[in-house]
Amino acid sequence: MRSLTRTLHREDLRDAVALAAAIAVVGASFGALAGTAGVPFVLMVALSVVVFAGASQFLVVAVVAAGGNVFAAVAAGLLMNARHVPFGLAIGDTVGGSWPARLLGAHLLVDESVAFSRARGSGPRARAAYWTCGILLFTFWNLGAIAGRLAGSAIPDPAAFGVDAAFPAALLAMLLPSMGRADARRVGLAAAVVALAATPFLPAGVPVILGLLGLLVARTAPAGREAS
Amino acid sequence: MTWAAVLTLGVGTYLLRLVGIVLRDRMSVPERVERYLDLGATALLVAVVATAALTEGGGFAGWARPAGVLVGAVAAWRRVPFVLVVVLAAATTAGLRMFGVP
Repeated sequence: MRSLTRTLHREDLRDAVALAAAIAVVGASFGALAGTAGVPFVLMVALSVVVFAGASQFLVVAVVAAGGNVFAAVAAGLLMNARHVPFGLAIGDTVGGSWPARLLGAHLLVDESVAFSRARGSGPRARAAYWTCGILLFTFWNLGAIAGRLAGSAIPDPAAFGVDAAFPAALLAMLLPSMGRADARRVGLAAAVVALAATPFLPAGVPVILGLLGLLVARTAPAGREAS
Repeated sequence: MTWAAVLTLGVGTYLLRLVGIVLRDRMSVPERVERYLDLGATALLVAVVATAALTEGGGFAGWARPAGVLVGAVAAWRRVPFVLVVVLAAATTAGLRMFGVP
């Protein structure tokens, strides 16, 4: 932890706080939705703390609210979170080398913390960024959820604040440095096309995983030239 | 909603997170494979951006959200600070919605 604060850049902390503030708003809307769906307070907090994967939490609560099959929703949520496996493979070295670091750091793996650390390479700065972003997102997500649950219907629709645009824009901004490579641009473009084409036909989360088909156009790396 | 559902989703999601991290540590990855793992993360993140920016519930999300993301993207490309990128994207979408754009 001491080395974490030493290698943490001030601007990285500021950027992570911005993401965390936005996620608190989404967390609040999750808490409010859970309240409307009749999910007991303790169960809502447990769901938010133990799962910590926003989209799958919304999915499960929405199904409960609609009176659907909870276990079908859990299966759909797990399918949605399957992309964490390739994310872990890609940034495993960044998370940490010791078992405590791996076991704790694994829980902080979300789209944003992955993108946040990757935008800062794979060295000590990336590791500090991963942990800072992950811990802040985890804290703000859960505090937001609790606040939203307590405030209930007094919480305004997060769409009114445009937070649904903030997250894709933030991820895109974090992806930009890697887009300097021609192979990454090719793969990214193909992944976007495949995922968008699949979205009307497949359950949520699966189109994103199909984005891995973008790797088919990776071709071989022209040695030294494209490697940033 | 039951404890069984919460714990199944929670433990399952945690294991999905852990397995990749542990596997990565267990194998020595040749450079060629490492490139694919890295490009795979890029592919997934771009797919997340594309679907989150344009779609909602399997259909088109409306114009306000992609417009906000586009403004944020241009700002990021022009090297505007990250915090401002996030604020500009949200403000654009929020503003358009205030004027009735879905």
